[in-house]
Amino acid sequence: MSILQDFLNYVGANSGYIMTQFFRHFLMAAYGVLFAAIISIPLGIFIAKYGRLSSWVLALGSIIQTIPALGAMAVIMIVMGLGTNTAIVTLALYSILPITQNTYVGMKDVDKTVIEAGYASGMTKFQLLRMVELPLAVSVIMAGLRTALVIGIGIVAIGAFIGAGGLGAIIVTGTNATDGTAIILAGAIPTALMAIIADFVLGWIERLLQPGNMKAL
Amino acid sequence: MLEFNNVTKRYADGTPAVKNLNLKIDKGEFVCFIGPSGCGKTTTMKMVNRLIDITEGDIRFDDKSINDQDPVELRRSIGYVIQQIGLMPHMTIKENIVLVGTLLKWSKEKKDQRARELLELVDLPEEYLDKYPHELSGGQQQRIGVLRALASNPPLILMDEPFGALDPITRDSLQEEFKKLQKELHKTIVFVTHDMDEALKLADRVVIMRDGEIVQADTPDEILRNPANEFVEEFLGKDRLIQGRPDVTTVGQIMEGCPVTVQTGTTLKEAISVMRDKHVDSLLVVDMDNTLQGFIDIESINLNYKKANHVEEVMEANIFSVAEESLLRDTVHKILRRGVKYVPVVNDAQQLTGIVTRATLANLVYDTIWGDGMELEEAAATAE
Repeated sequence: MSILQDFLNYVGANSGYIMTQFFRHFLMAAYGVLFAAIISIPLGIFIAKYGRLSSWVLALGSIIQTIPALGAMAVIMIVMGLGTNTAIVTLALYSILPITQNTYVGMKDVDKTVIEAGYASGMTKFQLLRMVELPLAVSVIMAGLRTALVIGIGIVAIGAFIGAGGLGAIIVTGTNATDGTAIILAGAIPTALMAIIADFVLGWIERLLQPGNMKAL
Repeated sequence: MLEFNNVTKRYADGTPAVKNLNLKIDKGEFVCFIGPSGCGKTTTMKMVNRLIDITEGDIRFDDKSINDQDPVELRRSIGYVIQQIGLMPHMTIKENIVLVGTLLKWSKEKKDQRARELLELVDLPEEYLDKYPHELSGGQQQRIGVLRALASNPPLILMDEPFGALDPITRDSLQEEFKKLQKELHKTIVFVTHDMDEALKLADRVVIMRDGEIVQADTPDEILRNPANEFVEEFLGKDRLIQGRPDVTTVGQIMEGCPVTVQTGTTLKEAISVMRDKHVDSLLVVDMDNTLQGFIDIESINLNYKKANHVEEVMEANIFSVAEESLLRDTVHKILRRGVKYVPVVNDAQQLTGIVTRATLANLVYDTIWGDGMELEEAAATAE
C-alpha cells in the first residue's frame, strides 16, 4: 500500500520529468528502428532477389542478435563515447535482423505466378517492385518494424547506463536510491506501457496495409 | 505472323529443351502445342515473349526478330494468360484488366472505358470492376485473366494451360466462350495444353511435341485421320481414335451395299411384288447403267395405280443422295434434319452404290455406346 502511495507521490511530483524522458525514450527507439529500416529494407529486398546471399546475411543478423545488449552497448561506447547516439546505433544493429528477415520473407512470399503475370505483361523490374512486390510484402515488412520497435524500447532502457537518458535513467535512479521501489516502478511501468501501445498501434497499421483488403482470406 | 526458324533452347548444363524447331503461324490462327510434360511446349511458348531466351535460331514476330526488340515493349504487345491466373490480389478487377494500359500510361478515361468494354465481352456485370480478385470464382477470375491479355488489343496471345485448373464444367464453358471470342476478335493464339480434347476442340492446328521436337503439326481432323506415328496414336489414345472415327468415317464405309432397286421400264405391278418380297415400302429407281433416277414408294403407287403403268411415270425424281466419300458426320446431320428415312449413296458417276438407313445409324450409335472394347475394335476394323 505504501509503495503505491510512494509511486503516486513520485509520479505526481515528477510528472513533467517523466513525460520528458518518455518522449526521449520513444524518440531514441523510433530513430534506431528508422535507421535500421533504411538499411534493412533495401538489404532484405536485395537478398530476396539474390537468394545466395540470404543465408549469409540472415546468419550475420542472428549473430548480432545473440550478443547481450549491454555488452554490445559497452563495446560501441568505446568507439562512440557516452550518450544518445551510442544507444541509437546499438538499437539499430539489433533491429537489422527482424526487419531484414521480414522484408526477405515478405518478398519471397509474393505469389510467383503474380510476379510472372506482371513480368509477362511488360513490367520493368522496378515497376514490378513498386506495383506488385512491395504492396504485397508491405504488411509483413510492417510486422518486422513492429517487432524491432518493441525490442528497441527494451534496449533503449539499458541505454541509461551509458548516459543516454530516457525512462531507463529513472529506473537506474531508483536502483541507486534507498527504498527506491516506487521510483523504479515510475520508470518501468511507462516503459512497459510504451511497448504495449507501440505493438498495438503498429499492429493496427499492419492490418490496414493488408493487400487488397484480403481479410476475407 | 509468327515464325520459328531453327529455334533451339539449351539449358546451362547443355541439356536441350527445344531442338531445332521450325514452325510458321499465320495471322488469326489458333495453334495448340501439346505433348507430355517436359516436351518443351511451354519453353517454346515462353521464348516468344522472351520470358526464356533463345539459345540458337530466331523467332520472327510480324517479320521482326524478337531479339531486336526491347523485351519490355515486346511483352506489352503480346497478351499472356497462365494457368494459375496470376491476378494482382491487391488491385481491383478494373486495375487488373487494364494493367498493361497503366504500364503504357493510358489516361484514366481511356482505362475506364476499355475496362468496361472488355467486361462486356464476357458478360460480367459492371459492378465487378470494383471488386477484388478473391471475391470472384475461379472461372470468373480466369475470364478476367483473359481480358487482361486482351486489354491493349495485341495481335498475338500466348496461353499456358489457361483452363487447366478449372473444374470440367467451367472449363467447358470457358473454352466455348473463348473460341467464340477468338473468332470475333481474330487474334492469333498460341495455346499450350496437355489436354487432347481441349486441343482438338479449340485448335485450327495442333502441334504435337516430344523431347523438344515437333512430331506432327496438322489440323485436328488430319491428326485423327492420319496420326504420324505410334507416339501420336498412343497420345491420342485408342478411345479417341475410335470416337474420332465417326468424324472421319466416310459414308462409303458404313453404308449397306445392296439397296432394293427396280429398273426403269419395270411395271408397277412388278414393283409392288418386289416390295412385298423384300419387305420394304419404297424402291430406288435406277436405269440400265445403275444410275440413280429417283424413287417410288407405296403411297405414290397407291395414288397413281390406275393412271400409270411404269415406274418412271410415278417416281419422284427429286431425290436427295450423298456421295460415297462425304463425311459421315455431315451426312448424319442431314439425315436427321431432313427427317428422311434413308439416303441413297452414289459414286462420282451418280451410280447407286449403297444406302444409309436410320437403322444403319442406330447400329453405329449402339456400337459406340454399348459395344465393349472388343466390339469397338471390331467396329473400327470393319469401318476401315
